[in-house]
Amino acid sequence: MSALNLKPNIDGPDDFYEDLLAIHEGKSKDESDAINARLVLILANHIGDRDVLKAALEAAVA
Amino acid sequence: MFDERYKLAFKAYPYERSADQDASIPVRHPVVVMGGGPIGVATALDLGRQGIPVVVLDDHEGVGMGSRAICFAKRSLEIADRYGCAQPMLDKGVVWNLGKVFHDDRKVFEFNLLPEDGHKFPAFINMQQPYFEQFMIDEVRALQAQGAPIEIRGKNRVESVDVKDDHTVLNILTPDGPYTIEADWLIGCDGANSPLRSMMGLDFKGRVFQDSFLIADIRMINDSFPTERWFWFDPPFKSAGASTLLHKQPDDVWRVDFQIGWDVDRVEELKEDNIRARLDAMLGPDVEYELVWSSIYTFQCMRMDKFRHGHVIFAGDAAHQVSPFGARGANSGMQDVDNLGWKLGLVIAGKAPEALLDSYDRERIHGADENISNSTRSTDFITPKSETSRLFRDAVLHLSEKYEFARPLVNSGRLSVPCVYDGSPLNSEDGLPGGPLRTRPGAPCPDAPFQSGYLLDHLGDEFVLLGINTSVPSQLEDGGVAVKGFSVSAADDTAGHIAGRYLGDADTAVYLIRPDQHVALRMTKFDEATVRAGLRRALAKEVD
Ligand SMILES: Cc1cc2nc3c(=O)[nH]c(=O)nc-3n(C[C@H](O)[C@H](O)[C@H](O)COP(=O)(O)OP(=O)(O)OC[C@H]3O[C@@H](n4cnc5c(N)ncnc54)[C@H](O)[C@@H]3O)c2cc1C
Repeated sequence: MSALNLKPNIDGPDDFYEDLLAIHEGKSKDESDAINARLVLILANHIGDRDVLKAALEAAVA
Repeated sequence: MFDERYKLAFKAYPYERSADQDASIPVRHPVVVMGGGPIGVATALDLGRQGIPVVVLDDHEGVGMGSRAICFAKRSLEIADRYGCAQPMLDKGVVWNLGKVFHDDRKVFEFNLLPEDGHKFPAFINMQQPYFEQFMIDEVRALQAQGAPIEIRGKNRVESVDVKDDHTVLNILTPDGPYTIEADWLIGCDGANSPLRSMMGLDFKGRVFQDSFLIADIRMINDSFPTERWFWFDPPFKSAGASTLLHKQPDDVWRVDFQIGWDVDRVEELKEDNIRARLDAMLGPDVEYELVWSSIYTFQCMRMDKFRHGHVIFAGDAAHQVSPFGARGANSGMQDVDNLGWKLGLVIAGKAPEALLDSYDRERIHGADENISNSTRSTDFITPKSETSRLFRDAVLHLSEKYEFARPLVNSGRLSVPCVYDGSPLNSEDGLPGGPLRTRPGAPCPDAPFQSGYLLDHLGDEFVLLGINTSVPSQLEDGGVAVKGFSVSAADDTAGHIAGRYLGDADTAVYLIRPDQHVALRMTKFDEATVRAGLRRALAKEVD
């Protein structure tokens, strides 16, 4: 079992953030919401580990 | 006086006057079953085959007309096979393996049930519920002809009960007027609205879903719809409903389910013209069909707190109700009967303590909770109840078209599989290192080819000691309960199914199998003391 990493882990944080905003550019609120939902699912599948996912769900709510 | 709540498909047990109606003091019966639906009749079969006298009381004279259940799972067929009536079901039923999922106008993916090789029965058959019931009643008639002590009394409506510690007094209404009988054991199989539950003031708790479905069974000769399960989320034929299911049944009949929302005018929706408008939107204007049966149902996931109340025991829809997604209603009721039959039989024969019946409660509540959880999840996916829930649902469907990873998340009904009684007090500790998970204590035995037939043909009805690549005694007895033993050589099954399903990484195995074909105990080699202790545990007897 691996633990959820809550330390900085992204190489080039500003670049990533820009990319994240870029996919939402010009999108309506509904389109953006749909994109975010798909993104959550894609990332969750990539992580796979149920314990990590649980910890991430909790971290997001807290 | 006798209002029929539904029309009959088959008049299977017309009212006949019984001698009990002329008795001066109420006649006492060992077992009375209230309700002659599929679960009540199956209960009668199970007990009658054991030679236990059983009287079934039903307020109608046969099998209801509405088709209701259409998907019958492998486990139900295996149970029916133990009762001797699976073959006609198999002959009549439609076997299907392929499912297609559509979102709007696109097919997002298809799945194959990929039935495992080496089983006598397919994963599922589709068949109208009245056939399922009628085939069991035919078996009752065949057993009666051989002297089995089963009676089904039509137009016998239970009006009130007086529940005592060790028996129940039943007041029954017939076309000839009222009469009274007594039952040592009363089995409540009187359906989801169980009058018995109300008479006893017992709760039925859970969740009601705010949606309704319109079912239309239609007859059409049409080759453009193959024998597959088609499910639409947000179908393109918008006027049809928010989701739609199309599924084939025998006799050129198709089941169509439309999700039509919560606030509907039932009378209006059920008018043939309005049903046809939805069907035409779906099938196209030029398709000819005949409307066989239609109904609107809302659904709920509910269960009783306890299924056993002293000498009154509930089974089937009376004990628990699930939404139809996943076909878990009748299929789980059959597992109730499978579980209850041998236990009640041994208790009545004085070979097991009454405590054995508490394990029915424990095991089948576990089963009901599993079914309720599964069908609640399906329902939440099919009919999302919040904006966010819909957002994720649509995201899953969207992704599943392109990416394989999202397909397992699509939930248009998880099809019924039998329950594993993990944690049951009847289980002994797993004593087979390397043994497959699927045959752990509490699990139903998976089928496998054996000799010229199948393994399950040789299991069930009594306790069985199965040796694999090792010998076991052919006979053993403990406290009046007999155990039949036999050995198989895994090498005889060249396809390797017995080895794969029962040995895993072990070289030899011994299984103690309950009369309902669930594993009680397993170990590497026969050890008499362990087997005797395991048997006593499986009978809820004291084990030291
Ligand atoms: C639309 C729909 C689709 C379904 N699809 C499936 C499916 O695909 N697969 C599946 O496994 N299940 C399915 N089910 C569920 C299935 O139909 C039920 O689980 C099943 O009928 C339950 O059987 P039962 O014997 O417990 O109760 P019931 O079939 O309801 O029988 C109860 C009997 O008790 C009798 N009775 C009631 N009151 C009295 C009284 N006072 N005295 C005497 N008799 C009485 C009734 O007349 C009736 O005959 C579906 C249900 C619906 C509504």
